[in-house]
Amino acid sequence: MITDGNLDTVFNVQTPEGIELPLKIAGFWSRSLAWLLDFLIRAFIYFVLAMILTQFEKLGMGLFLILIFVLEWFYPVLFEVNNQGMTPGKSMLGIQVVNMDATPVSWTPSLIRNILRTVDFLPLLYGLGFLTMLLNQRFQRLGDLAAGTLVVYKPVKKKEASFASVSTTDLTFDLSLKEQQAIISFAERSSTLSNERQYELAEILSPLKNTHVTMTPDELMGLANRFLGKS
Amino acid sequence: MKQYLFERKNEVFWQEFEASLQVLSQRRGHRASLQSTEPFPNQYRQLCHHLSLARARHYSPALVNRLEQMVNAAHQIYYRRKTHLLASILVYFTSGFPQAVRREAKWVIVSSLLFFGSLLGMFVTVLVSPDMVYTMLDGQQLAGMESMYQPGENRIGRERAADSDFEMFGYYIFNNTSIGLRTFASGLLFAVGTVVILLFNGLYIGAIAGHLTYIGYTATFWPFVAGHSSIELMAIALSGAAGFKLGFSIISPGRKSRMRSLRDAAKQTMNLMYGVASMFILAAFIEAYWSSMSDVDPTVKYTVGIGLWVLLIAYFIFAGRHREA
Repeated sequence: MITDGNLDTVFNVQTPEGIELPLKIAGFWSRSLAWLLDFLIRAFIYFVLAMILTQFEKLGMGLFLILIFVLEWFYPVLFEVNNQGMTPGKSMLGIQVVNMDATPVSWTPSLIRNILRTVDFLPLLYGLGFLTMLLNQRFQRLGDLAAGTLVVYKPVKKKEASFASVSTTDLTFDLSLKEQQAIISFAERSSTLSNERQYELAEILSPLKNTHVTMTPDELMGLANRFLGKS
Repeated sequence: MKQYLFERKNEVFWQEFEASLQVLSQRRGHRASLQSTEPFPNQYRQLCHHLSLARARHYSPALVNRLEQMVNAAHQIYYRRKTHLLASILVYFTSGFPQAVRREAKWVIVSSLLFFGSLLGMFVTVLVSPDMVYTMLDGQQLAGMESMYQPGENRIGRERAADSDFEMFGYYIFNNTSIGLRTFASGLLFAVGTVVILLFNGLYIGAIAGHLTYIGYTATFWPFVAGHSSIELMAIALSGAAGFKLGFSIISPGRKSRMRSLRDAAKQTMNLMYGVASMFILAAFIEAYWSSMSDVDPTVKYTVGIGLWVLLIAYFIFAGRHREA
C-alpha cells in the first residue's frame, strides 16, 4: 500500500494467521460525537420512562431508579457486547470498540472500560480521558488502557472501481511497483474526480514519457489496465 | 500472476465466502452454523493466504482493501469468545468470587481497616463527645436522619416519605451500587479516590450510628441496620480493595510495565467486582424488604444480622477451596 503507517493513525495488528490487519484509530471528534448521540438517546429514554413510570407512583419510581442505574452504567456495555462493539451513537459515526488484538470486545473488557469511564469523566466532561487520549498513540482513554481496548473506524466497503472501458497503453520503459500502484490508484479513483482534476493529476506524470506532451487520463487508465493484466 | 487472472480465478470463492460471512455475522446464525460450516476455518486460512499474496504482489489497493475487509470480518467471527453464561455464573459464586477475595486478602485487609476503622473511630468519638457529629453532617441533615428513625414509626428507613418497599429497593440499588462502583473506579487515580470515598463513608456512617445511639434511638436504628449491615459494609470494603489493587498496580507494577500491570490488575479486579455488585443488590433487597419490617422482634433481627455476618465471612474463607482457580 502506498500509505505508510506514520502519516495515518493506523494500528497494525498481527493475527495468528500471519496477516496484518490495519485498524484505523478513531479520533477525539468522532468519539465525542458518538458519546453526545448516546447521551441524547439516553436522555430521551429517561424522558419516556419518566412519562410512563410516574403513572405507577412508588412502584414506578423504584423501577425508574433501577433502570437509570442500569442505563447509566451499562448502556454502553450491553450494546458493545451484543452489537459488534457499537453503541447506537458509535454505529451512527461508524466506529466500534475492539480488543487490542482486533477481536470483538467481550463482557469483562467492556465492563472495565465503562466502569472506569467515571474516572475519565473527571474533573468534568472527560478532562482526564481527553488528556490521556492525547498522551498515547492509539487515542485510548484511561478505561481503554486498563481494558486493553481500542476504538476504531469500522471498515467500510469501497465501491468497485470501474475503468475497464479504456484500451491499454504500451509502455517502453519500466516503472517501480510504487509508481505502478500510484497509477492504478489514480485509475481506481478517477470516477470520483472531476475531468479537470484528472488532467491536472495526469500532467504531473508527463516527465515519465520523456516528452513535453501531457499524458491524458485515458492513457493512464490504459497503463493501469496493463498493470492489472487486463490486456 | 497478473491481478486480473488472480481475480478471475478466485472470484467465485470470494463470493461464496462473502455469502457465508453474511450468514455467520448475524447473531443467531453464528452459534448454529459455525459448527455446521466446517470448511470455514480452512476457507479463512485460504483467504488470509490470498491477502498475503495480494500484498506481496502489490496488487491494486482496491483488491487488497476488499480482501482486508473480508479477513477482518472473518477474524471477528472466528475469534469471538464463547461463553456459557449460566454455568460460569454458578462456578463464579461457588468458587471464583471467594477465591478472588482470598487472592486479594492484602487489599481486603487494608481497605477494611480504613473503612471499618474510620467507622468505629467516629462512632466512639461521637459517643464520647456528641458535638463531633457536626463535623460530618449539618443540623438539617441530622434532623432528617433523626426523623427517619424516630421510635414509633411503623416503617423505618432512610427516607421518611417513602413507605413503598420497591421504591426504596430501587433507590438503594441506584445509590449504593453506584457508590461501590465509584469507589472501585476512582482507585485508578493512584488509589487516592478510593481512600477518600472509603474514609468519607466510614466517618459518615460512624457519625450517624454514634449520634442515633447517643440520643437513644437504639430500638429503631440497630434492628434496622443489623440485617443488611454485613453484606453492604463488606461490599463497600471489597470495592475499596478492588480500587486499591487497581491504583497500586500503577504505583508499584513489579516486574511488569505499568501498562501491562494495569491491564492485568483490571481484569483480576473485575473478578471481585462482579461479586461486589451482586452483594450490593442483595443488600438493597434485604434493606428494602426485611430491614424495614418493624413488626419483627429485634432479637430476631439481631440474630439474622449476626448470622449473615458469620455466613458471609465463612463464605469468603472456606468456599471454593477444593476447586482450582
